[in-house]
Amino acid sequence: MAKAAVRAGLVAVGLAWVLLAQVVLAADAKTYVLEGSKAAALESCVEPTDVMRRKHMELIKHQRDETVHGGIRSSKHSLAGCVECHIRSDAERVPQPIHHKEEFCGACHAFTAVNLNCFDCHASVPKGPGAERAAHAAFQAVGVDRSVQARPDGEDH
Amino acid sequence: MGKTTEMKDHHEPTDRSADPGLSEATRSDSAPSDSGRRAFMGVAAGVTAAVVAPGVVLHSVTAAPRSEAVTGDVRWGLLIDTAKCVDGCSACVDACDRENGLSLQSKPASASQEHWDDQKAVWIRKVKLQDNQTGRVTNLPLMCQHCEHPPCVDVCPTGASFKRADGIVMVDRHTCIGCRYCMMACPYKARSFIHEVMEEQLTRVPRGKGCVESCNLCVHRRDFGEDSTACVDACREAGHEAIVFGDLKDPESNIRKHLAEMASRQIREDLSLNTGVRYSGI
Repeated sequence: MAKAAVRAGLVAVGLAWVLLAQVVLAADAKTYVLEGSKAAALESCVEPTDVMRRKHMELIKHQRDETVHGGIRSSKHSLAGCVECHIRSDAERVPQPIHHKEEFCGACHAFTAVNLNCFDCHASVPKGPGAERAAHAAFQAVGVDRSVQARPDGEDH
Repeated sequence: MGKTTEMKDHHEPTDRSADPGLSEATRSDSAPSDSGRRAFMGVAAGVTAAVVAPGVVLHSVTAAPRSEAVTGDVRWGLLIDTAKCVDGCSACVDACDRENGLSLQSKPASASQEHWDDQKAVWIRKVKLQDNQTGRVTNLPLMCQHCEHPPCVDVCPTGASFKRADGIVMVDRHTCIGCRYCMMACPYKARSFIHEVMEEQLTRVPRGKGCVESCNLCVHRRDFGEDSTACVDACREAGHEAIVFGDLKDPESNIRKHLAEMASRQIREDLSLNTGVRYSGI
């Protein structure tokens, strides 16, 4: 009987630890949104954060077909929009390629060990005249003021 | 007249529904004495114009990014007047290189200049033709001809090479596996392959190793509601105005007016591809 009680107690302690660890991990969950990007000044991305974390690849994949085959460029799920909003510039105001390990896409993909192929072909920094047009369309689609400026303190995150 | 009949042959079976305006024009040409039929054609053209015109006005006014999928109501095309195309001028090629990021390609250190000139991606080639019997020389820019029945689409094993509803033939790089069948199938040698890893791309023109690409009639300009292509603008700025861009299905468009006035041909019209790029003076 005493043995059973001890065993039950151990299980209970174990469960408690697991729960505690979950809570601690959740509180400590890292945000990869970088200070100095436009995204840092916004409440959330084009979808709620949890949706973006799990489904961003599906949103982009769906959008790519509509854009390439249908010519639709006004969507909030455009990759050019992702880059425009999440790009961070260094002290000399040089935009840093977004797939590099310290940057928004690259950091999380490195952590999760998921290969990132988008930027084999797509520009990893906004480049060329009209690069911001897709991003403006995304801002409009979610109803955010397009003139939003990066907030260096990033205190929302 | 021989040319007209030939053109009619290519249009007749497929174009009656797909490209009504163009085939209509050729048909009325071939039967000029039939006044009743001509009158009917006039009325039909008027009705078409009345139906199409509001849409056209709408298109030219809205410069916002496209929010609805392209439809077959338009078919984009080019008309190139070879008489105005100047020997030694490469304004269209240079403009295309800048517009589509082709100028950002860099020669691999190991490659010779000659090899690189063969391998680098090119969307427009300046071609010089000489008739050996008469010595007459013709210059023309040759790019993707945006066929109605593109051989590159026929042979693509993955469906990456496709024709957009508005007539633009292009490559979906997401599904292109780089097999280059389309390059072999194209009678115009219009496609290029990217052999090397790219670091520099423009946001509007993605490009990467292992994919085929070709002229897409400045598709980003189409989707953002602009009304010309980089080559057309450059040719005009160079003072030649040899290239006209427009909607082949709109009877009121600039390109259709030019097509109605001057004799034009398709290159390799024997293949019955019904190209979207037409040439006059060849």
